[in-house]
Amino acid sequence: MEIFSNLADGFAVALTFQHLMLAFLGCFLGTLMGALPGLGPANGVAILIPIAFTLGLGPVASLILLTSVYYGAMYGGRISSILLNIPGDEPAMMTCLDGHPMALQGKAGEALALSGIASFIGSFFATWGLVLIAPLLVKVALLFGPAEYFALFTMAFATLGGVTASNQGKSAFAAALGLGISMIGSDSQTGSERFTFGHIHLYDGIDFLIAIVGLFAISEVLIFIEHHKGGAAAKSSAKIGRLMPDFGVLKKSIGTMTRSTIIGFLAGVLPGAGASLGSFLSYSVEKNTVDREGKTFGKGDPRGVIAPECGNNAAAGGALVPMLALGVPGSGTTAVLLAVLLQLNITPGPLLFRNNPDIVWGLIAALFIANFMLLALNLPMVGLFTRVLLIPTRILMPVVAMISFVGIYGLTGSTFDVMMMVGFGFGGWLLRKLGVPLVPVILGILLGNEMEVNLRRALQISDGDWSILVGSPLAIGIWAIAVTGFVLPIFFGKKVKKNMSADHSEEKMDEVMKGGD
Amino acid sequence: MKRISKLLLSTILMCGLASPLLAFEPENPECIAPAGPGGGWDFICRTTAKNLFQLKLTKSAMQVTNMSGGGGGVAFAHVTTERNNDNDLIVAASTSTTARLAQGIFKGANADSVYWLATFGAEYGVLAVKKDSPYKNLKELMDAVLADPRSVAFAGGSSVGGFDHIKPMLVARKAGLKDVRQLKYVAYSGGGEAMTGLLSGAVQVMSGDFSELRGFYESGDVRILAILAPQRLKGFPDMLTAREQGYDAIGANWRGLYMPAGASAEAKAFWANAIKKMTESEAFQKDLEAKAIEPFNNFGEDAEKFAKGDIKEIADLSREIGILK
Repeated sequence: MEIFSNLADGFAVALTFQHLMLAFLGCFLGTLMGALPGLGPANGVAILIPIAFTLGLGPVASLILLTSVYYGAMYGGRISSILLNIPGDEPAMMTCLDGHPMALQGKAGEALALSGIASFIGSFFATWGLVLIAPLLVKVALLFGPAEYFALFTMAFATLGGVTASNQGKSAFAAALGLGISMIGSDSQTGSERFTFGHIHLYDGIDFLIAIVGLFAISEVLIFIEHHKGGAAAKSSAKIGRLMPDFGVLKKSIGTMTRSTIIGFLAGVLPGAGASLGSFLSYSVEKNTVDREGKTFGKGDPRGVIAPECGNNAAAGGALVPMLALGVPGSGTTAVLLAVLLQLNITPGPLLFRNNPDIVWGLIAALFIANFMLLALNLPMVGLFTRVLLIPTRILMPVVAMISFVGIYGLTGSTFDVMMMVGFGFGGWLLRKLGVPLVPVILGILLGNEMEVNLRRALQISDGDWSILVGSPLAIGIWAIAVTGFVLPIFFGKKVKKNMSADHSEEKMDEVMKGGD
Repeated sequence: MKRISKLLLSTILMCGLASPLLAFEPENPECIAPAGPGGGWDFICRTTAKNLFQLKLTKSAMQVTNMSGGGGGVAFAHVTTERNNDNDLIVAASTSTTARLAQGIFKGANADSVYWLATFGAEYGVLAVKKDSPYKNLKELMDAVLADPRSVAFAGGSSVGGFDHIKPMLVARKAGLKDVRQLKYVAYSGGGEAMTGLLSGAVQVMSGDFSELRGFYESGDVRILAILAPQRLKGFPDMLTAREQGYDAIGANWRGLYMPAGASAEAKAFWANAIKKMTESEAFQKDLEAKAIEPFNNFGEDAEKFAKGDIKEIADLSREIGILK
């Protein structure tokens, strides 16, 4: 097998003391950056580029450091999702839905350990996917034209209702709100301005990080202030529970992990879709598969933690496929990594595997090393992370606010953006009061632009003939899934409501969830 | 030919230019690439950052910021309104930048809004198809376009009316298409994405710069029907020019930099001098060669003169083609 000898050469390149230290440093910093709201994998890698550059690291060493940060941040994002209900980065958004309820039930340690293992499984198999079927996958990615992309993004929105709330109308409203926000800024097709009111800060559109930090972190702080004023000091849920994963649960979740890894990986391979779509689709498919009646998902089901974490870490590996083989980044972070490769005078594309085999296989070996290192780093640290929950809320919340302000200002260097974040915070607080889920808003902001641009491209190609949208078997297949995903929850939703009114304790849990999503 | 003579002229002018060594030193040098990573503008910034640092022309490593949107308009507005006095900032520019200025797409901006710092290379446009495309040469493609302009979709990395859009229009006009605006153009955000559009079969032809297609040309995934250059490239003698196939159209895309108009004279002199020194280095010339970019040098005041002339030329052309009224 040529692949294995190549991989062995890759390990020979990657396994030096310096490289291992860099991988450790990258994993540690990455986990930290992933856990801090506002700092995600993309900015984590971007921040370290000048450091790698100034240290004069060679191509392989730089790539090992930066990919370790990448994988580390993908692991780290879940930590604040589970403990604080604030996603550390955008793909970790879905982990809030079941991760935080688990923490509230005193199972924070278990949630962290399970999601750590899920992250490992997702990225481990995705890296194998990268090794074994990368050339094949490029062909799959090329089956997607503008019409297919539009269908794919529509599918994400169509399956929303089944995921986030019992009230479909509110989900739809939230998604529409997100799509509306994504329209702000200059239009990438013609360069004309939309909804910017001549305001220069809005030319670029609204960065989804500002929206995420505002909607989740700042609104959390506002809710705390509100409760505190009412006299009832928010009680801190000090129960942490076991720190090791329940192997029975793990065994039961093998199906979940398999499905989520495959879905996440494929979503990652498609340029433009990325890890957020990967974790979202993994979660919604899992919910539709094992919990059609909505009894346990959203209330602390371990599978609701495992699915998105497998999904987004698998997508992280998948996103490397189009970047290496086509020179087209599949996510924000791979766009930054692509820039690094170009800076090192390595041109990704069809000839990369032939012209720079040492770089490619060294990189892949580095991914395996980073992955094992992260598992070893993350499981023992679960106990440390969970200490966060022991911090009294009145101290924790100001810290959250501070990190949010510093994070956003550090990212954009603009006070306008900080004010906008606060605005989103008040908006998020209001939406929570009205029981409107926040996840669809973020999804709308994340995917809205790509969805619109692909629709316009498709119609331009077909001269305005809408039938192009169902012009290929692949597109029809995606539309079929979208319609099923939209209709099924309506059908099963009635049953769910019956179950809920029959069971008071479950209703209480529903309250918890509403506060939580 | 006009371009080439201009190139020669400006090179001669440049030789007479001796920048005095001034005390200015950028503290936080930054290069804005007005598009995502992987495109031509990004290459300008990355290459400049790398070479300036390696030649020790800047003390600290230059930070590269990708600011995409509006075909460079977002970055242009950012520079002119928010950082007009920033001495440490340079911005990647190319024909796309001057084309958009010429067409009045950057609202309220004109040739004087920024200081044109330097041009250091030029690259020629190509029209390419997938390897299994029925179009074997430029004539077959143009015949199909003449028969039904809506039957062929062109993809490019610039928005509607941008330079990737103008290139096929120039050729079609030479082929005898009366209303070149009938040409079907699909805008992608950058050459990389346009390439996936071509390879996936969503569009039939890609209009781009040679460097964007080179890897796929060498691997045999795409066939280049024509390069819009005055003569064949030295390194690629098999690639036919549009001119020798009977369509006398030239699409030259220069590569360079601008900086804020309000920067101090010392800063402007420092940067013009640093970029000039960089272009003289062997390492930089190698980087250009690797990307099949031909040398094309204007610095400081010469670059100002060149860019303003270019803007006028494109405005005239756009009026002729009918993009600009």
